[in-house]
Amino acid sequence: MSLYFTKDHEWIRVEGDTATVGITDHAQGQLGDIVFAEAPEAGKTLDKGGEAAVVESVKAASDVYAPASGEVVEANPAIADDPSVINTDPEGEGWFFKLRLADPSELDGLMDEAAYRAWVETL
Amino acid sequence: MADVPDTDLDTLPLDAWHRTRGGRMVPFAGYHMPVQYEGIIAEHRWTRSHAGLFDVSHMGQLLVPLDEAEALEKLLPGDLLAMKDDRPKYSLLLNEAGGILDDLMITRRTDGFYVVVNGATKTGDMAVLEAAGVPFAYLAEQALLALQGPEAVDVIAAHAPGVADLSFMQAGSFDLAGTQAWISRSGYTGEDGVEISLPASAADRIADLLLADERVLPIGLGARDSLRLEAGLPLYGHDLDEQTTPVMADLSFAVNKRRRTDGGFAGAERILVEIDQGAVQKRIGFTVEGRQPVREGARILDSEGNEVGRVTSGGFSPSLEAPIGMGYVATGLAEPGSALTLEQRGKLFRAAVTAMPFVPHRYHRKGKSQ
Repeated sequence: MSLYFTKDHEWIRVEGDTATVGITDHAQGQLGDIVFAEAPEAGKTLDKGGEAAVVESVKAASDVYAPASGEVVEANPAIADDPSVINTDPEGEGWFFKLRLADPSELDGLMDEAAYRAWVETL
Repeated sequence: MADVPDTDLDTLPLDAWHRTRGGRMVPFAGYHMPVQYEGIIAEHRWTRSHAGLFDVSHMGQLLVPLDEAEALEKLLPGDLLAMKDDRPKYSLLLNEAGGILDDLMITRRTDGFYVVVNGATKTGDMAVLEAAGVPFAYLAEQALLALQGPEAVDVIAAHAPGVADLSFMQAGSFDLAGTQAWISRSGYTGEDGVEISLPASAADRIADLLLADERVLPIGLGARDSLRLEAGLPLYGHDLDEQTTPVMADLSFAVNKRRRTDGGFAGAERILVEIDQGAVQKRIGFTVEGRQPVREGARILDSEGNEVGRVTSGGFSPSLEAPIGMGYVATGLAEPGSALTLEQRGKLFRAAVTAMPFVPHRYHRKGKSQ
């Protein structure tokens, strides 16, 4: 299992050729109280860097981008039912969707956990 | 606003106070201002159930000599000549085309007309007064705090005896823990509460004193916005601007009865016709199906898909746990219950015109026990 991070504050946890995607604790903290989230439906094909999901706080809407290309295999129903789970457990129960990776080599340019946490400290 | 360099921003008298208490500061109206402390929803709910302390010192406080009432009446549609002392009134600064330059509160005091204007518009407002030859003092050394919520008056009355005797839209000068403060029973949240004008030099001490009461928490701009939206109150620069007339904005009440007959204020020609015949568009409130907020700028469509207006404020109501908003539509579609379609980023939403306020006001009016 490997965990990667993007500069748009998504995380992607890879197990074999599937991966789980969500937003980071830093991102949820910046957004504040999350009141709505919409994950892509299973079967949808995503391109790396393209819009994948929507997350809305009381104040603002934000896009979630696909950290890698692939086909969505599962959306997390929990975030639609209770979006606040993204605030309370962003890197666990608050995941957005699972992806079957089209090209695992796309992950090469992403940050590992240590690099991401260090980079966030500089923001 | 996010692109304004930090160095161009002013600081509020309570800047350090906010930062010490965990306020997340953002640029707003030319100032560093706290958008939230604990979180918007928690702060919103605290204000609705206890007392929230807001720093609104970015707003402009002006004092116009009492003998300038006639000159002011050329700019505002209120009856300034007949105003009673210490009774704040909501009014509008208008342009010659009937558009709204600002919305404001004006109170006749013994020392002049005390006017509170929006922070983002205060410089322009002062230029309008200057151009009209109306002299005024800018009370730059006064801070402005708002204490809002069902427990607000109990809290302030413990430090300023006599405040509890005020009714909604009454004001007076009070000794507030050794500081002379101008306190009005008013606010912009729909709750009971007060607004407190006091010397900036005393703001830290008084804010600490109020916060020491366990019923009080500091509240940021984020919750102020969701509270005023639930209360159905328009926000200048969003729901009101120079293209909006008082009739369109559903603020005809600000045009006093005598002035409707006599006119004589900027834009009267157009506004009096609109009062008589209606305006083409009208400000409405709406609720949205589902949970996704529809924000400012979204298009409002009729059943045939024609654009009939725009959303001017939109967000998520913490009290109703549903998306709500305000916007302008063709007057024929403004009746509560009318179905609307909203378009945001290519996605369509079903909405319905809803009577405002979305959450009932709880102002303390004379003769009512609420």
